[in-house]
Amino acid sequence: MLGKLSWAAIPWSEPLPLLSGAVVGIVILAVLVVVTLKGWWPYLWREWLTSVDHKRIGVMYLALGLVMLLRGYTDAIMMRTQQAIAIGSAQGYLPPEHYNQIFSAHGTIMIFFVAMPLVIGLMNLAVPLQLGVRDVAFPVLNSISFWLTATGALLINVSLVIGNFARTGWMAYPPLSGLAFSPDVGVDYYLWSLQISGIGTLLTGINFVTTILKLRAPGMTYFRMPVFCWTALCANLLIVAAFPILTATFVMLLLDRHLDMHFFTNDAGGNQMMYVNLFWAWGHPEVYILILPAFGIFSEVVATFSGKGLFSYRSMVWATLGICVLSFMVWLHHFFTMGAGADVNAFFGIMSAIIAVPTGVKVFNWLFTMFRGEIVFRTPMLFAVGFIVTFVIGGLTGVLLAVPPVDFVLHNSVFLVAHFHNVIIGGVVFGALAGINYWFPKAFGFTLDERLGKASFWCWLIGFYLAFMPLYALGLMGMTRRLQHIPDPSWRPLLLVAEVGAIVIFCGILCQIAQLYVSIRTRARRLDRTGDPWNGRTLEWSTSSPPPAYNFAVLPRVETIDAFWHMKRTGRPPSESAYEAIEMPRNSPAGFVTAFFAVVMGFSLIWQIWWLAILGFLAAATVVLIDGWSIDREHEISAAEVAQMERAR
Amino acid sequence: MTIATLERASIAVPTELARGRGGGGPASKRVVVAYGFWIFILSDMVMFSALFAAYAVLRDNTAGGPTGAELFDLRKVFIETMCLLLSSYTCGLGALSAERRQPARFLIFAVLTFVLGAAFLFIEVSEFAGMVAQGAGPSRSAFLSAFFTLVGTHGIHVAGGLLALVYLAAQAIAKGLRPAVLRRLLCWSLFWHALDIVWVGVFTLVYLMGDYH
Repeated sequence: MLGKLSWAAIPWSEPLPLLSGAVVGIVILAVLVVVTLKGWWPYLWREWLTSVDHKRIGVMYLALGLVMLLRGYTDAIMMRTQQAIAIGSAQGYLPPEHYNQIFSAHGTIMIFFVAMPLVIGLMNLAVPLQLGVRDVAFPVLNSISFWLTATGALLINVSLVIGNFARTGWMAYPPLSGLAFSPDVGVDYYLWSLQISGIGTLLTGINFVTTILKLRAPGMTYFRMPVFCWTALCANLLIVAAFPILTATFVMLLLDRHLDMHFFTNDAGGNQMMYVNLFWAWGHPEVYILILPAFGIFSEVVATFSGKGLFSYRSMVWATLGICVLSFMVWLHHFFTMGAGADVNAFFGIMSAIIAVPTGVKVFNWLFTMFRGEIVFRTPMLFAVGFIVTFVIGGLTGVLLAVPPVDFVLHNSVFLVAHFHNVIIGGVVFGALAGINYWFPKAFGFTLDERLGKASFWCWLIGFYLAFMPLYALGLMGMTRRLQHIPDPSWRPLLLVAEVGAIVIFCGILCQIAQLYVSIRTRARRLDRTGDPWNGRTLEWSTSSPPPAYNFAVLPRVETIDAFWHMKRTGRPPSESAYEAIEMPRNSPAGFVTAFFAVVMGFSLIWQIWWLAILGFLAAATVVLIDGWSIDREHEISAAEVAQMERAR
Repeated sequence: MTIATLERASIAVPTELARGRGGGGPASKRVVVAYGFWIFILSDMVMFSALFAAYAVLRDNTAGGPTGAELFDLRKVFIETMCLLLSSYTCGLGALSAERRQPARFLIFAVLTFVLGAAFLFIEVSEFAGMVAQGAGPSRSAFLSAFFTLVGTHGIHVAGGLLALVYLAAQAIAKGLRPAVLRRLLCWSLFWHALDIVWVGVFTLVYLMGDYH
C-alpha cells in the first residue's frame, strides 16, 4: 500500500538531520501561521502563487535560490568543519554514511537549486524589460516552470527527514548509483527531483528562446539587443540542446534501477562509461548555461557604472556565440583518465584550451570598457571587478586542467574542487549577487543599502580566497576530494584556513540578509522615483520602478544599441495620445496546482507507491488539459486605464 | 522596406514582418506559438538522439542473448512503418482541411490518422509482447534494454499523440475551428510529422541495419 515507506524511513538515530528538519518545519509552520493570521492568503494567491507576470516569477526564483543557498551553505560548512577536525586519530562528528550524503546534496543543491534559480530568476526579471516587451512568449508555461523547479527543491529537502539522500556524489555515477550498490531511496530522491525540475528548466529554455527570437520591441534587431539578452539567448539554447540529454540519461538509470535493465550495470553488457559521457554531454554545456548569463550581467554592470557603452559590443556577442558552440565539444575533459587514448584526449584538451580564447576576449572587453570611464564603485561594480580578477585565476587553472597529462595528476584532487568553486563562486555567484543588487530597485522600487552591500562583497571575496586558495595547494600536495577523514596531519593548517574562509563567507551571507532587512525598513528613504537609479543604458530603466504589469504603456521604438541611453540624449518620451488598450495574460493556478500533484507523484515514485504516483500523474495531466481547454486567456486593460496608471507614476 | 520607413509608415507595425533580423516588433501569436513548439520538438529530438546514441553503443552487447537479426520481422515492421507514414499524409490533409475551415473533412482525416496511428501501436505492442514471450525482454541484455527504451519511447510519443488528437478533435467540435484551436492543431501536426522523422531513424538504424548485421 505504501511501497517502501514506513516509520523506519525516519532517521531516529541521527540527531542532526532530525534537528535541522525540525527547525525547517517550525520555520515553515511559523510562516504559514503568520500568513493565515494576517489574512495574507488571498493576496499571496492572487499576486504571487498564481501570477504569470515574468517579474513576479523572477522574484520567486530568486527567493528560492537564496533560501536554498542557505541549505547548500549549511552542507558546505558541515563538510569544512568535519575536514578541519577529523585529522589523524580524530574521527570528527560526521560518520561516513552521513558525510557522503552531505557532499552529494551540496553539489546537487548548489547547481540545480541555487545557481539555476538565481540565473533564471534574473533572466525572468530583466530579459522582457530589456527587450521592450510585455511578457515572455508563454506566461503560463513560465509559471509552471517555476513551480516544477520548486517541486524538485522541496523533494530534495524532504530527503533530509524521510529516508536519505544519495551517497554517490552529485553526478551519481553508476555502478555505485545502480540498484546493486545503492538499494535505498537516496538515488531515487536525486533522480526524481532532478527529472521534475529538469522539465521546468527545459520549458524555461523553450520559453526564453522563443521570447528573445520572436518578441522584441519594434526596431530591436539582433545587433541592437542588450548583451544580457544575447547571453540569455545562448544559455537558453544550451538548455534546449543539453537538458534533454540529462533527462534521457536519468531515464536509463531509472530503468536500470527499477525495471532491471542493463544500460550501465556491470553485467549483461551494460556500459558505465556511457553514463559518464552522456552526463557530461549535458554537464559541460550546463556550466555555460550558468556562466553566460553572469557574463551578460557583468557586461551591463560594467558599462553602466563606467558611464560608457560596452567596448566592442560585436566581439562580445561573437565571443558569446563561440562559447555557446564550443561548449558542446569539450565534455570529455571531465574524464581524461577514462582511457580513451591519446588522440581523443588531445582533441578534447585542445578544444578546452580554445574556449579560453573567447573568454579572454570578454575580459579585455570589460577592461577596455572601464578604461578611461567614469567608474562609480557601487556594489554591483565591486562584484564585477572582483569577478574579473577571480575568474581569470579560475580560468587559468581550468586551462591547466585541460592539459591531459596535468589532469592525470590532479584528477579527483581538491585542486579540481578549488578550480570549479573558483569559477562558479567567482563567476556565477558574484554575477547573481551583482545582478540582484543591480536590478533590485527595478523589481521593488527602492535601492539596496550600499554599506552592507559592500560589506557583503568584501566578505564574499576575502572568504572565497581564504576558503579555496588553500585547496589548490592541498590538491597539489595530493589531497583527494570527498575525504571524510584526513590521514595526513600536515594538511591541518591549510584546512583550518579554509574553515576560516567558509566562516567569512557566512559573514557575507549575514551581511546580505541584514542588507535586505535594513533596506526594507528604510525603503521610504531610498525610493527610486525616476525608474533609472544608475543612469542606465538599456530599456528596463526607461519604465517606472517597479514597472506596471504591462511594463511599457507604449512599446518603445529602438534605433540603436543602448536604446534608453540614446533616448535620454535625444529626448523622446512616448506621448500620451498613443496609449492603446493592452492585452495581458490572466493569472493562472495551473503552475501551482500542477506542481502540487507533481510533489505527490515525485514522492510516490521515490517510495514506489505506484497507485499514488499514477493518481498524481493523472491529476497533474488533468490540470494541464483543463488549462489547455480555455480559449480566452487574456484580459484587456483599456486605454483610459493605461493613461490613468501612467499619470499616477 | 527598411526598418526606418516601417516605423514612419504605421503606428501598428505589421506583425507578419517580424522575421529575419526582427526589426518589426513582436511576432504574431501564430508565429510565436508554432515557433515555440518547434523549439520543443528540437529538444525532443535531442532526447531521442541520446537514446539513439545509447542504442548504437550497446547494439552488440547481447550478453549471449538473441541479436536483432534473430528477433526482427522486417515484413511486420514494414507494414508498421507504412501505417505511420500514411498517417502523416492523412494528418497533412486534415491540417489543410482545418486551415480551410472544413470541420467535417477535418474530422474524417483526424479519424483516419487516429486509426493508422493506433494500427502502428498495435503492431508495435504485439512485436514487444512476442519478444518478451520468447524471453527476449528488456532485462535480457544491454542491447534489448536499449532497443525497448528507444522504440518504446517513440511508441509512448505516438500514444500520447493519439490522446492529444482526441483531445484536440474534441476542442475543434466544441469550440469550432477558431484561431486558438487552429494554432493547437498546427502544433499537433508538427509533432506528428516529427515522430515520423524519428521513426525513419528507428527503421533504418534499428531494423534495417539490425537485420543486416
